[in-house]
Amino acid sequence: MKDTSKFANMKDAVMAAINELGDTDERVVMLDADLASCLGSASFGEKHPGRFFDCGIAEANMIGVAAGMSSMGLRPFTHTFGIFASRRVFDQLFLSVGYAKQVVHMIGTDPGVTAQYNGGTHMPFEDIALLRQVPGVTIIEPSDAQSCYELIKQAYALDKSSYTRAPRKGVAHRYPLGTKIELGKGIELATGSDVAIIATGSVMVGEGEKAVKILKEKGINATLVDLHTIRPLDTELLENVAKRCGSMLVCENARYAGGVGEMIATHLIQTVPVKMDFLNVGERYGEVGNLEYLMGTFGFTAENIAAKAEKLTK
Amino acid sequence: MEINELKQKALQIRKLTIREIGHFGSGHIGGSMSIVEMLTYLYYQEMRIDPKDPGKEDRDRFVCSKGHAGPAVYATLADKGYFPLEWLKTLNQGGTLLPSHCDMTKTPGIDFTGGSLGQGFSAAIGIALGQKIKKQDARTYVVIGDGESQEGQIWEGAETAAQWKLGNLTAFTDLNKLQLDGPTADIVSMENICTRWLGFGWYVQRIDGHDIAAIARAVENAKKVTDRPSMIVMDTQKSHGFIPGETTVNNHSMAFDENVAEEAIKALLEREGE
Repeated sequence: MKDTSKFANMKDAVMAAINELGDTDERVVMLDADLASCLGSASFGEKHPGRFFDCGIAEANMIGVAAGMSSMGLRPFTHTFGIFASRRVFDQLFLSVGYAKQVVHMIGTDPGVTAQYNGGTHMPFEDIALLRQVPGVTIIEPSDAQSCYELIKQAYALDKSSYTRAPRKGVAHRYPLGTKIELGKGIELATGSDVAIIATGSVMVGEGEKAVKILKEKGINATLVDLHTIRPLDTELLENVAKRCGSMLVCENARYAGGVGEMIATHLIQTVPVKMDFLNVGERYGEVGNLEYLMGTFGFTAENIAAKAEKLTK
Repeated sequence: MEINELKQKALQIRKLTIREIGHFGSGHIGGSMSIVEMLTYLYYQEMRIDPKDPGKEDRDRFVCSKGHAGPAVYATLADKGYFPLEWLKTLNQGGTLLPSHCDMTKTPGIDFTGGSLGQGFSAAIGIALGQKIKKQDARTYVVIGDGESQEGQIWEGAETAAQWKLGNLTAFTDLNKLQLDGPTADIVSMENICTRWLGFGWYVQRIDGHDIAAIARAVENAKKVTDRPSMIVMDTQKSHGFIPGETTVNNHSMAFDENVAEEAIKALLEREGE
């Protein structure tokens, strides 16, 4: 197991996992769509000659080629930006990968506001919902380097298709080497009984941690869950947290429609119905700007999370 | 097999396909009938395959990217012994293992799922690349439609297959000149198809797709070209051999019953001098 605490960017954690898998499993191949230099995926080809393919700016074909390789017993990883990895190739990933029961591990980088200067054309808010329409695909959105590295490896070990939602640039170091990180099991970062905050991804988990402190100063003890695995959903933890707190705020750097909030609400309404609120982009499209600006624009801030959570306690 | 034996085999596949669709009452007869000679040559002469071991790892593989030609592929697979001929009577019935469009998760012998046009072609490229990565001495065959070639994914695949020098990939275009809405020439013309493939860096041949000897020569030529993928453009007639469909433009999918099927087979045998 690698220590990722010195990694400067999330993309290093992504490639550390894939390269390590390639070292021990010759079935692993890496495909990119002219964004190899953005992720550093060409490093796979340097370490594993003859097993890296730049498919050019042709994402639909890349997913089809990956599906064909899977039928040959290979285990391809594919990379492109999240918008292309989901929206642009949706029919290919639905039929050639999902319906045809092939195994492809898809990396979709720069989720939601982390697309920053590439702007609204490149800002995937809808990728979670799209991937949820493809039965059987594991969906992960790690919040730090160590969990990213470990979850990609764990998703690979399941030998089912997976989609990893990860920013390339910047990184949090939340979990030291040795922390128990388990696919499908959310991590409780704070345990309170007044309100539950469920956060997915680096932006929301980071702001959620700060929101817990703001709430603490107001005498409100919040639970914070890093829900790094979107599918399979950790229903056991969510039910327990809902029972303990009686209310829940779900925060995601994504659209409400088909997103994590709807997914959790659909489950809890049938099991442990509680008062809920949601933080997401609602009906808005993305736009250009730096991360701080975009987080402010969409209300992805600790202050907003704390205000919404506080309201749920009243 | 001698060419005359292969011709007899093609006639048998046609009969099975007509009866298969007639038993259900409707189906994609046009695009099934236009690729019968190609299927016959590949399955009875060319491909290294074992119907008793359909998953054999280093087998040659065939992808019917124009997945709606499933009925002709099923007739061929059944005749080859991949599954009982009786299965052909289950086409499109609930719970069948022979769905309208080719499905690798259901039918023994189907190497990749087709149906959403363009997708099987990319998969075939991935398969051919996989054969190279695994250092297999095996080939991949794929058939696409002329109408299917209107899909952008075909041309995304064309450029990568050439870039990767997939000499082990032989593709066929079923140039039957009709698509669902009518003549391809009236919708999006494919007449310059050979020029397109040449431009994409493929080794291109154009033949009569109902001439088994011509198919044999073209496949042999393709195998000799190892630094490029091959495209064999086959001039074909949609619904060829199902005579009621030969004279209509609306032959993509036709409804007909078992009586019509038997009459059509009788007419075909008479025409073939049987």
